[in-house]
Amino acid sequence: MGDHKHIVVYGEIIEGQLGAMTKELLGGGRGLADVLGEDLVAVFIGDGIGETAREAYAFGADRVYAMDIPGAYEANLYAGGLANILEHEQPRYFLFGHDDQGADLGPALAFKLNVAAATDCVELSVEEGTKRLLVTKPVYGALVMAKFSTDDLPQIVTVRPKSMIAPDPVDRTGEVRSLDAGSTALNGRVKVLEKIVEESEGIKLEDAELIVSGGRGIGDAEGFKKLAEVARELKGAMGASRVACDNEWVPATIQVGITGKIVAPRIYIAVGISGASQHMSGCSRSKTIIAINKDPRAAIFKQAQYGVVGDWKIVLPVLMDKLKALD
Amino acid sequence: MNIIVCVKQIADPEAPEESFTLDSEKNVFIPSAKITKVLNPFDEQAVEAALRIKDQSGAKVTAFSLGAGLDRAVTKKPVFMGADELILLEDEAFADGDSWSTARALAEGIKKNGSYDLILCGRQAADWNAGQVGLGIANFLGLPYVTVAKKIEIIDGKARVERVTSNGHEVVEVQLPAVITVSNELGQARYPAIKNIRAANKVQPVVWKPSDIGIDPSSVGKNGRRLHLLKLFKPVIQGTCEIMEGESTEEMAENLALTLRRAKIL
Ligand SMILES: Cc1cc2nc3c(=O)[nH]c(=O)nc-3n(C[C@H](O)[C@H](O)[C@H](O)COP(=O)(O)OP(=O)(O)OC[C@H]3O[C@@H](n4cnc5c(N)ncnc54)[C@H](O)[C@@H]3O)c2cc1C
Ligand SMILES: Nc1ncnc2c1ncn2[C@@H]1O[C@H](COP(=O)(O)O)[C@@H](O)[C@H]1O
Repeated sequence: MGDHKHIVVYGEIIEGQLGAMTKELLGGGRGLADVLGEDLVAVFIGDGIGETAREAYAFGADRVYAMDIPGAYEANLYAGGLANILEHEQPRYFLFGHDDQGADLGPALAFKLNVAAATDCVELSVEEGTKRLLVTKPVYGALVMAKFSTDDLPQIVTVRPKSMIAPDPVDRTGEVRSLDAGSTALNGRVKVLEKIVEESEGIKLEDAELIVSGGRGIGDAEGFKKLAEVARELKGAMGASRVACDNEWVPATIQVGITGKIVAPRIYIAVGISGASQHMSGCSRSKTIIAINKDPRAAIFKQAQYGVVGDWKIVLPVLMDKLKALD
Repeated sequence: MNIIVCVKQIADPEAPEESFTLDSEKNVFIPSAKITKVLNPFDEQAVEAALRIKDQSGAKVTAFSLGAGLDRAVTKKPVFMGADELILLEDEAFADGDSWSTARALAEGIKKNGSYDLILCGRQAADWNAGQVGLGIANFLGLPYVTVAKKIEIIDGKARVERVTSNGHEVVEVQLPAVITVSNELGQARYPAIKNIRAANKVQPVVWKPSDIGIDPSSVGKNGRRLHLLKLFKPVIQGTCEIMEGESTEEMAENLALTLRRAKIL
């Protein structure tokens, strides 16, 4: 147990760049590493990624590894490969993003290593003395927060997007060590045939500064077209509650919430959304929440800073006209 | 084709906040007696996924549920929907486990039950939101896995899975046997059919205790936990909402524009 040291972050390169989640993990991981007086290590898997992986140094890494696995991301292959990192590093903590890959890999690696994982964590801290990692995560649909720890090492954690701060890059670099992925018993049993992008063009929901989000109260797909128009005029992106996605009024890729996207825009305008905890958990880090709902008792008004009690079909056009008149 | 579906009984995850009591001393979040117990919604969708395969090409579907003091009416729902058998890992010792101890016990139960081609779980249980048990079962049984499925088709001994991703989906082919976790994008789970009820009423759940699956009671449930709960607390919600005034909705909307402009928000 005693020789587990340092923090490893699972890094991702997305569209040729260091992923936003990876930067956040490096930011959070750096803080923990400094508290411990230990190193921050980044490990990347992919096809010829050495050069981009090097950027992790600028975001705080002390060591960077790249594991060459050809082809698209495949969970079983990657989880098998990651287990081999232990021949090079015996980390104290191993951090993943809680996203497409991290949520898929982190717990799998934990079971392989016979240790516990904690998923979807929003706060991490080092316990003084024991150096255990204390993690906090929303449970019961985000009605309550739970703080966990484990005596297992490495401690494996998946971190919710937008809960750590990505640092500004500094002028710092180093070598990228290459790692052999080895082979695992499951090689070849799973094949990724196709990746299909359903996301609409324009500003990505998770990057948007302003989001206009609609729920069941929008009523139908037609209503969402009007909402999209408003989002466009305000130079933002459109989001939705799960009900709106499940009803297929909008694609599932714009769902905001605990099982959708985590967003933290400057302005979040919730229209016809009741404010269920599972939804709010995905947008509660927004700077300003504005709610439009015809029910004065809707829970959304407990978390919004500005609210209108009324029918969105009347509120939105008047709001847009008035804003234009004030220009 | 033998399909196993793991279903967890939980307190209704959409019950209003007021119906739970937080006891910070004991670190428990207690649903009031009035809250109905339900199957984890994603698990109902996992049952639905299994039944779609059964409808298409025939399969024996066995539901597994682990817990203490399980409500028969709740855990039997998969059978009323159309599953063939129900196995309960039920004992006081199974209470308050974490993903680790739950996955291990379920894997042992599944092994004891015999052959399996496909094991389905929900993407996560809506109470503790872990999303781990499926991955654990895959590990303990040495199987490949695919998570967050919205469609599963069986073609030539393989499952073709549409896996939900943040910008769309990917199509993944996995050799059976395998573990697949199911997400709500699969679509609405069917309601129990009247025609199933007579047959379902005859199905008696098989109940196994830790010793029946060859596990020491001290390594399941609370005692088998690896992840220790230190504290439960309410999130801080700072909401002081300024509700727009006005004689009419139009006036309130205008006031919103004025207020947001004044505050330099929009
Ligand atoms: C495990 C689990 C995970 C979940 N994950 C998510 C998630 O990630 N994201 C998510 O969003 N949900 C999620 N949910 C669902 C969540 O619990 C709620 O059911 C959902 O968010 C409600 O959506 P809504 O607000 O659109 O609908 P409702 O709760 O039905 O609210 C509709 C609102 O619209 C208002 N309204 C109606 N007509 C008008 C009008 N003309 N003008 C103005 N207002 C109007 C009504 O007053 C009402 O408040 C999850 C649930 C579970 C169990
Ligand atoms: N007690 C249980 N009994 C049966 N299946 C379970 C149990 N706990 C978890 N599962 C299954 O594992 C999935 C993920 O659970 P979790 O890892 O706890 O979020 C659930 O959706 C179920 O399919």
